[in-house]
Amino acid sequence: MFDRRLVQNFDWVLLLVLAVIAATSLMNLYSATYGLDDAGIPRVFMRQLYWFLIGFGVLLLMTLFDYHRLEPLAYPAYVFSLGLLVLVLMLGAVTSGSQRWLSLGGISFQPSEVAKFALIAALARFFSEHEERREAYRLRDLIRPFLIIAVPCALILKEPDLGTALLIMLVSFSIILFAGVRWQSLALLSTGFLAAVPFIWSTLKVYQKRRILTFLKPEMDPLGAGYHINQSKIAIGSGQIWGKGYLEGTQTRLHFLPEQHTDFAFSVLAEEWGFTGSVFLLTSYLLLIIWGINIARSSRDRFGMFLALGIVAVIFWEFVINVGMATGLLPVVGIPLVLFSYGGSSVVSTLAGMGILMNISMRRFMFQ
Amino acid sequence: MRSSGFDRITSELLQNRLRRLTYVVFLAFIVLTLRLWLLQVVHGPEYRTKSENNRIHLRDIPPFRGMIFDRNGHLLVDNRPSYDLYIIPEDVQDSKSLLHLLSNLAGIDPEAVRIRLTKAGGGQPFRPVLVKRDLTREALALVETHRFNLPGVMVQVKPQRHYLRGSFAAHAIGYLGEISEVQLKSGKYPENRPGDLIGKSGVEARWQEYLNGSRGGEQVEVDAAGRQLRVVSRMSPEPGINLSLTLDKDLQALAEEGLKDKKGAIVALDPETGEVLAMASAPAFDPNVFIGGIDREAWNQMVSGSDYPLQNRVISGQYPPGSIFKIVVGLAGLEEGLVDPGEEVFCNGSYQLGAHTFRCWKRHGHGHVDFHRALRESCDVYFYKLGRRLGVDRIARYAVMFGLGGRTGLRLESERPGLIPTSQWKLKRFGVPWQAGETISTSIGQSFVLVTPIQAAQMIGAVFNGGILHEPKVVRWVGKGENTVYRFEPTVRSRLDADPKNLDRMKRALIAVVNEPHGTGWRAKQKEIPVAGKTGTAQVVNLETEKASKGRQGIPERFKDHAWFVAVAPADAPRLAIAVLLENAGHGGSAAAPIVGRMIEAYLGDRAAGAEVASRP
Repeated sequence: MFDRRLVQNFDWVLLLVLAVIAATSLMNLYSATYGLDDAGIPRVFMRQLYWFLIGFGVLLLMTLFDYHRLEPLAYPAYVFSLGLLVLVLMLGAVTSGSQRWLSLGGISFQPSEVAKFALIAALARFFSEHEERREAYRLRDLIRPFLIIAVPCALILKEPDLGTALLIMLVSFSIILFAGVRWQSLALLSTGFLAAVPFIWSTLKVYQKRRILTFLKPEMDPLGAGYHINQSKIAIGSGQIWGKGYLEGTQTRLHFLPEQHTDFAFSVLAEEWGFTGSVFLLTSYLLLIIWGINIARSSRDRFGMFLALGIVAVIFWEFVINVGMATGLLPVVGIPLVLFSYGGSSVVSTLAGMGILMNISMRRFMFQ
Repeated sequence: MRSSGFDRITSELLQNRLRRLTYVVFLAFIVLTLRLWLLQVVHGPEYRTKSENNRIHLRDIPPFRGMIFDRNGHLLVDNRPSYDLYIIPEDVQDSKSLLHLLSNLAGIDPEAVRIRLTKAGGGQPFRPVLVKRDLTREALALVETHRFNLPGVMVQVKPQRHYLRGSFAAHAIGYLGEISEVQLKSGKYPENRPGDLIGKSGVEARWQEYLNGSRGGEQVEVDAAGRQLRVVSRMSPEPGINLSLTLDKDLQALAEEGLKDKKGAIVALDPETGEVLAMASAPAFDPNVFIGGIDREAWNQMVSGSDYPLQNRVISGQYPPGSIFKIVVGLAGLEEGLVDPGEEVFCNGSYQLGAHTFRCWKRHGHGHVDFHRALRESCDVYFYKLGRRLGVDRIARYAVMFGLGGRTGLRLESERPGLIPTSQWKLKRFGVPWQAGETISTSIGQSFVLVTPIQAAQMIGAVFNGGILHEPKVVRWVGKGENTVYRFEPTVRSRLDADPKNLDRMKRALIAVVNEPHGTGWRAKQKEIPVAGKTGTAQVVNLETEKASKGRQGIPERFKDHAWFVAVAPADAPRLAIAVLLENAGHGGSAAAPIVGRMIEAYLGDRAAGAEVASRP
């Protein structure tokens, strides 16, 4: 099973980019949590370091088998992830009003992270099996993929975790659009969505509505709901070109910046490293995504291509939404910056996804 | 594997889509980069300022307001520490029991505190919230001893204006009040901010700019919770400039004592310099009550009603001068050659003009009176006849020469000019020509004539100091200390254009008022000090109204005559010119003269040796 060609084809670029991002993340986390504990290295930093080490281990693990073996496992994995989502609704710990965490032998994780990749795999299998030889899919061809998407989304919305549900929808629709939809169907779909907006609005919780309103006009309430986004913009903007210097960010140090090691980790970097540092990070992610798309392009089969694309879409959307939020372009939805914010399940599951991407990359020259 | 290989067409299709996807990704990153460029480069400096403002709180350090002394260096106004109680919400453990304890110890209303705390609430639990200003000594002691049981309570000290002697010289000193919106916008108060106290009257207002000093400040670094981390920089405040009044503490006290339970004004000038030695107005007020913010009810009581405690009657009370105006009319007669001092006029108690009878204050008349006796005994008939010869416009000319009908130049706000009528003035004002009968009233200081007490004091001073009218002054020097003091020198405004012989004759008559038998001012007489003076009774309503209200007892208090007394001492070398006005007090000689006597005795008697206490800044 182990092939010398695999080692030759090992995607060092991908690994390098990931390593750079991970290192930047750790360095930034150190600053964001510096001084939270009384002395020594911040606990959060140490934990994240372990999570990265575990994550990279999982990444390597994910390269050890041929990703084609995942195709028959996609549906069972999907069903399994649905089971986890139901379980979290029954047994999950309630933190600040939502049930997102499941505890398993002392390790807490978010089943939605698992569901995210299981869903991608399921969609990849569907589109691999149901190849549309004409140009695009009709709406009636897409009923099954829609169902595949809808079930986990509904469960995640129930937690409630609007951000993750939104992300899963964006990723799924990216895959569907990539698969190709007839423009008539697309028009019908968008009309239907627009018609559903008032209904969706009515199902939103008060705090969710307020977040969206605050996004539309953050200065409305500078000490209330608009506080976070204003402080984040101040942090980013005050970094100017070269930044205030590592560990010198006043917005960070004096805690004007909220959620600085999770949702607003990017703002910490932007404050301390300025435009220069921000663009450096942006470039790293751009490189990662473009490289991911290249892997998709070079993959020799539909399953691999869709799988790679789905994984890349996760990175893309999480990055765009988080940075868009921190810079005030998008409303505040609780989506951490992928591979950069503090958070064990996210890091490990994302790196697992990266492992699969690597797997696809390594086997791009293999013909079956 | 089933899915091995691609259909060529779909493969190319998907490849193309992937290429287009790359463009989308680039586009998204360009948008994000532009956004960052906008925030960090274009608006970077603004956001840097905002982050500095977040981080740095400016803490105000108010300056010490300049101190105010009397002419001999006795402290009248300074600043005392005000102990203000603050609560730091974050440090409070049990707010209910804390408020309960505070209400027991310091009498703080728990409800009011709760409102203040919720008002100030918000994201900064470490920011102190002012709960009570100016704790009493007892409350402070109790709070300090219970400090252990009061977590979250903080006491801070701030300077607060303190008028050491309460209402003493309140009208000259003035009071402080919160700066108004309009004043802030006027640009005349560059040192002040909303909530600041500034001078609203008296010297406090006139010298506001100097007394105020310049504020200092501290830049304190705070975190998001409002916790103060360190002082970044500090600029010390510059204390205000001190000033010394011309008032003499003891003379002022006597003047105020003379006005006790009365309404009226007393002013004492140094005729040689124009310095105001005493300036008392009653009823008075205690400027300390304005400091903590006066409540609406107390304020309404001050500004409404007929007592006007805030009015400085010395400079803004305008009264008919009554018989003290005979000094003006008498000198005018002498100067115009219309009086032969030896000539006698017969007073039978009244003077007839047409159908109208003008009465002398002495019902049965003075008999034959010459100039000297007419002034000494204040014979009205004599002055009716003299006034008729002079005519109103000539009287007015001499009155103006004495500084009447115009502001004295005292540098205090709210000084009023009084009024000296002329025939032209009446025509313009009422559209009716001057009546002969009005000249008769004018010659004894009635009709339209109005003077302020300070004008009256200046008038008699000018008779004795060689005819000089000084600009009155209430401030002797301003400055920081011994060596940086600016002293105000006497300023001559004008001189009486009068024959010294005539002035001498007037002086002798005014000395006689106090010192000779039948003089109306005998109550002011001193054993060793020659005093000169003139009494006056100013009618508040005309005689008809007075008669109409049956008998003396029937006259309501507010229609009773005002009593005047103006005096100079010593007559040969004047050092004191005093004017006393008592509202609704009846006859001038009996009510006002004794007060003047006491003031002269105290001021000149103690200093008979000429050893004035050395003044010090």
